[in-house]
Amino acid sequence: MSDRDGPSSETSCGSGATSASPAPDGECKKFMQQKSGQELTKEEKQQLRKAKKQQKKHRKEDKTADVGNSFATEVPKKQQKDATANAASGDMPIGNEKSLTGKAKNELRAERKAKQDERAKQSKKLDQGQQAVSTKTKPVPSEPQQVVKRLPDYVQADDPAVCKKMAKKLERQQIPQRQDYGNKVGLFLHLHQYSRKMPLTQQLTTLSTVHPAIVRLGLQYSQGIITGSNARCIALLHAFKQVIRDYSTPPNEELSRDLVNKLKPYISFLNQCRSLSASMGNAIKFIKKEISNIAGSSREDEAKAILFECIDKYVKEKIHLAAEAISKSAFEKINEGDVILVYACSSLVTSILCDAHKRKKFKVVVVDSRPKLEGRETLRRLVKNGIHCTYVLIGAVSYILPEVSKVFLGAHALLANGYVMSRVGTSQIALVAKAYNIPVLVCCETHKFCERVQTDSFVSNELDDPDDLLVTRRGRTPLQDWQANSKLHLLNLVYDVTPPDFVDLVITDLGMIPCTSVPVVLRVKNVEY
Amino acid sequence: MKIVREEYSRLRGRGEEGDQDSLHKLLTSGGQSEDLSETLAPLRTNVIEAVNELLLELDGIQDNISVQALEHIHSNEVIMTLGRSAAVEAFLREAARKRSFQVIVAEGAPYCQGHDLATSLAAAGIETTVITDAAIFAVMSRVNKVIIGTKTILANGGLRAVIGAHTLALAARHHSTPLIVCAAMYKLCPQFPNEENTVHKFVSPQEVLPFTEGEILCKVSAYCPVFDYVPPELITLFISNIGGNAPSYIYRLMSELYNPDDHQL
Repeated sequence: MSDRDGPSSETSCGSGATSASPAPDGECKKFMQQKSGQELTKEEKQQLRKAKKQQKKHRKEDKTADVGNSFATEVPKKQQKDATANAASGDMPIGNEKSLTGKAKNELRAERKAKQDERAKQSKKLDQGQQAVSTKTKPVPSEPQQVVKRLPDYVQADDPAVCKKMAKKLERQQIPQRQDYGNKVGLFLHLHQYSRKMPLTQQLTTLSTVHPAIVRLGLQYSQGIITGSNARCIALLHAFKQVIRDYSTPPNEELSRDLVNKLKPYISFLNQCRSLSASMGNAIKFIKKEISNIAGSSREDEAKAILFECIDKYVKEKIHLAAEAISKSAFEKINEGDVILVYACSSLVTSILCDAHKRKKFKVVVVDSRPKLEGRETLRRLVKNGIHCTYVLIGAVSYILPEVSKVFLGAHALLANGYVMSRVGTSQIALVAKAYNIPVLVCCETHKFCERVQTDSFVSNELDDPDDLLVTRRGRTPLQDWQANSKLHLLNLVYDVTPPDFVDLVITDLGMIPCTSVPVVLRVKNVEY
Repeated sequence: MKIVREEYSRLRGRGEEGDQDSLHKLLTSGGQSEDLSETLAPLRTNVIEAVNELLLELDGIQDNISVQALEHIHSNEVIMTLGRSAAVEAFLREAARKRSFQVIVAEGAPYCQGHDLATSLAAAGIETTVITDAAIFAVMSRVNKVIIGTKTILANGGLRAVIGAHTLALAARHHSTPLIVCAAMYKLCPQFPNEENTVHKFVSPQEVLPFTEGEILCKVSAYCPVFDYVPPELITLFISNIGGNAPSYIYRLMSELYNPDDHQL
């Protein structure tokens, strides 16, 4: 099991006795050599794994102690990317948002493990490097912003070690892995590209342990039946409610720990179907926190009732009530006789316009783009509410803009450096609007705020099915055999980032803020928890 | 029309007016209307001859533009283009014979002529990527040059190009990427863009919102403009059969093609 890609090739703690393999493997090999010939029992395997994790933690602490916090915060990460084996039951908390009791418990556990490891190490031949490691066994969680988060796996598709590790993890969780499709564009080799015609659900065996509600959800995500940040988040929470309803605690386990472990493979599965969105990530973080906060003494049905209530409250507060609040704020910004431009489909912007139209009269221009053509959905909803609409494709936006008075855009996520991550084409609209001096307003609920930072649309994005770009006009499809030619690539991006200087105002449920105040809001939210 | 006038004046015995080289003459020579009412027998044959010459010239124009390709494309460059222009296609293919570079083609909805261009470039061995119009700004940061063709060059140096060209030009300006226009001189037009009917022509909005969306079609106004106006400030260079020119020089080139009396077509 030498497939661990440690964060660095630090072999300072290499044991002298073994060959060139790094310390944890040397450790484990010795352990295994002791039991050579016998099969390792389940507990021993678990112990092995725990020992390895402990070693890894030590190495990580070495690294942070050496390099310092400033380096750590530059690493782009998705906070909720916990689909790693390291986050086993009650491991070191990510960030400081967990409650203090949780931290204390984890500290104790980690210390106990560390002492165990120390004893095991000292019983064998030691090196100086290992002694150095053993003196640093106490974790240091009290430093603010100790965010040595691992780079999420979905942006490391070009690293074979990461791919292998991912494959092993998925195998352990009994989830099939999706294969990449088509030749990828050179600039995007680090991202996955899947085909819609090969959904993951086809590879699921009948013996798989994934809950049927999750399977259905995964299929709906990957086929594009459920799209849009809010819709995906609500569907996810709904499916989790089903899972919790059908869950029963096994005899020797605690609900708070076991349920989280049960949810992990489901989250991996959904991630394989389609990358998690920022809103989904925040929702998962919330649920995990709620579950782990359940007191061990409560009965199962009590615990479930608490969880249901929490989920309902989250959906109500963060999504529905937030939408109402944003609607009210946005109403002040819409004037009588305005011509408002919207792009693609945002559930929030559509609801704002429908609410406002009941009291003020204005017109709307809907801009749409291939291949998704989501603007037609917006068009249908607005026309149903009796709003006068105009419809153009994105190429014609510079033709129609002189007649527009405001631009309302929705967002998929707001990043911590003020950039707006949204459907591809949003940044283009903001750019042209800026050139014509037309105000751009972004509407976004706070549950979509994200601690990641990003400056361009390449480092982290989603590649959709490239076959969507094919179009048949007058009986011919020019790009029919694009796969036959290795020089021809199709690129179907899903998201892009808009720089904050193009955006004039962000309307959130906490009020109207400029784009640059996003980290302030994030800080406020963290303190609350 | 200029050919006709030239032949006429040659036959009348007057020397050619001189190409009005100096700016001064250009501004002050307003009202020299010639009397064109004399009928001259050989006028017709002369004009036909001159027109044939022009046709020959037009055949060779594509080559004149493409030979300049290697002066403008360096190796391992990333070039972006929009829609399908024969001049740009010939330009890129000529450069690809000696240099290796990549091309990103924006498809140009709703006609998606970019798809045809991409297949033909890939067949010529150039690394081509097809992107949607919406992704133009997203990928612009990795592009070194933008090369487009145009339908018409207007008198102020602006363009009447395929729809989406203005957005492309704005994105290029934001990233300080040079915008090069490959167009032959016969595309020059004496009109200025401030007249209402200069720039826009519309076709059936069926391209944009097909009749299958029938129930909302009657309540919605859909537009499908074919052309886009690009102001001269966004353009870096014109490459034409007579070489490279800045947009500010276009008004002088006009005089070679059009007599000032013909500016009001």
